[in-house]
Amino acid sequence: MSQEVQWNKLSPQEKYEARFKAWMDAEGVPFATPQARQAFQERAQMLKDVIELRKPKRIPVCPIVGFYPFAYAGITAKEAMYDYDKLGYALKKYHADFVPDSLSAAPIYGPGAIFELMDYKLYRWPGHGVPETTPYQCIEAEYMHADEYDEFLRDPSAFFMRKYFPRIMGALGAWEMLPPFTDVLELPFMGGFLVPWGIPPVQETLKKLLQAGQMAMEWIQKAVAIDMETLGTLGIPGLIGGFAKAPFDVLGDTLRGTRAIMLDMYRQPKKLLEALERITPMQIEMGVRSATGNKHLIVFIPLHKGADGFMSNKDFKTFYWPTLKALIIGLIEEGLVPYLFVEGGYNQRLDIFPDPDIPAGKSIWMFDQTDMKEVKKRFQGWACFGGNVPSSLLKAGTPKDVEEYVKRLIDEVGQDGGYILANGAVLDDAQAENLHALIQTGKEYGVYK
Amino acid sequence: MSQELIQAITEMREEDALKITQQMLDAGKDPLEVLEACRQAMEVIGKRFEAGDCFIPELILAGEMLRQVSDLIKPRLQKEATQKKHGKVVIGTVEGDIHDIAKDIVAFMLDVNGFEVTDLGVDVPPAKFVEATKETGAKVVALSGFLTLAYDPMKATVEALKAAGLNDVKVMIGGGQIDEQIRQFTGADGWGRDAMAAVKMANAWYGVN
Repeated sequence: MSQEVQWNKLSPQEKYEARFKAWMDAEGVPFATPQARQAFQERAQMLKDVIELRKPKRIPVCPIVGFYPFAYAGITAKEAMYDYDKLGYALKKYHADFVPDSLSAAPIYGPGAIFELMDYKLYRWPGHGVPETTPYQCIEAEYMHADEYDEFLRDPSAFFMRKYFPRIMGALGAWEMLPPFTDVLELPFMGGFLVPWGIPPVQETLKKLLQAGQMAMEWIQKAVAIDMETLGTLGIPGLIGGFAKAPFDVLGDTLRGTRAIMLDMYRQPKKLLEALERITPMQIEMGVRSATGNKHLIVFIPLHKGADGFMSNKDFKTFYWPTLKALIIGLIEEGLVPYLFVEGGYNQRLDIFPDPDIPAGKSIWMFDQTDMKEVKKRFQGWACFGGNVPSSLLKAGTPKDVEEYVKRLIDEVGQDGGYILANGAVLDDAQAENLHALIQTGKEYGVYK
Repeated sequence: MSQELIQAITEMREEDALKITQQMLDAGKDPLEVLEACRQAMEVIGKRFEAGDCFIPELILAGEMLRQVSDLIKPRLQKEATQKKHGKVVIGTVEGDIHDIAKDIVAFMLDVNGFEVTDLGVDVPPAKFVEATKETGAKVVALSGFLTLAYDPMKATVEALKAAGLNDVKVMIGGGQIDEQIRQFTGADGWGRDAMAAVKMANAWYGVN
């Protein structure tokens, strides 16, 4: 029996256990010392305990960090995106000085030089449209037009290749001339399919891609080596093993944009719902593939456009939640642990989230400005949760303020396990002593007796 | 017919709203009557938003309806509608931050609630806020920012306004990671969670009932 057939015969629980074991075994990780391996295993065990709603040895402290390490280490955001040695230096310093329980992964900062080569237009990044000290930021626009739902639905990949890519990458402008791959059916179609690839502007795109591919290889090797060193020397694992997005955000963030998708809710709700359905299995597949490739089992899902105020609960239940729920369940059935990053406020949605169709003890929910006592009331016995320490406090408060806040948070919601201590929103700016206070208080005050 | 238009807009019936507008114009109604109906409709929507009965999609759709209605009546408008404005507001997203959605919604709601809004766009340096405030004579400045890295530029903008001697200008800040602690940190006069909070602050500062 092939490995794949055997794998498919496993139950979701068996898959989950197999994935956890593979993560824990950390095959191929170059641990520098037995202590580093032990530290990793202890951290992984703490995470397993909280996911399964038990009390770990102590509360895991997993700050959610964006560009903070660079200002801390004295390099610019631009340097972090262009100079991988500096990127490595800054991340190493951050992890060594703060010793959190999960690492900030090097690949998320991206290769600036490649974005330039590809004339990537979807974002501005440090030194390229925003100041050198500022993180990358998305430029929302209608990269998919209001009348293109049918084309998208017919063949999303062809739409991406022939419409979306030319719009978001100047270097691939000529791809609008390419035929869909699904043209290649019989011998007589084969020659014709290849002809457009010989058009000079298309050939130029291929040369660019060859170069970009080589640069991407160099980048990913260096980025992975940075994370491997953090894991291998400090025993700090990544909390993000794979990536998927809520189908509504897939459309609303980078295809239709906020304004347009909200108008679609009124003007063409059926098409919107159809597209959301179409996107869901694609996101499940991406989550499974990315986590499997990383020998990990936690799949990060950042929620964007479902926050309080962004729509009514009625619309949330119509447009946002059903396909997100299907994504969560789809990942859990593959033995994965969806990690919902619930940035912003979701107080309005707290009666919707603890959904009985989603198995208990199989997901992580990190909140930001949601009332944590209410979260605990509803999530206890259902899913691991955490987050909430405010960005404002970490920037403008004192270490004593942070210590008090963290202690109160742990007293109020962290006493029964199934809990991770973290800040609420992705951290780009903070006072170092405040972040130290968050981590130290968590480690000391968060020991379960 | 004004009532019907108000109802169509507040019930988010876009096609009906445009049809009724056209009918009103065809029947020879004063375009200003149409505008007044729009204003009243927006008042209802603003109140519903404040009460948590309608949300951003409704504000965006209402904005779209108003834009299309005003396109329809523009050719028939003798002169620019001379609705009396409560006062001027300068708004923008602070330096280094290019997020515009929330800022646009706040600008729109200030506008429909009777303020003359100067929108400086995104990634606006403190000096530009100072310049526009001086130029317009606005007594209210609204700073938007989504990133935590917007905290420092907000503070710098408040300081720049003070340094330019604009001490009687009130500053409000808003954004996803803004709270009272950041208001104090930046030295701003007020902060808000959403567009109607901005309208309320502007009303209070300009003494509008």
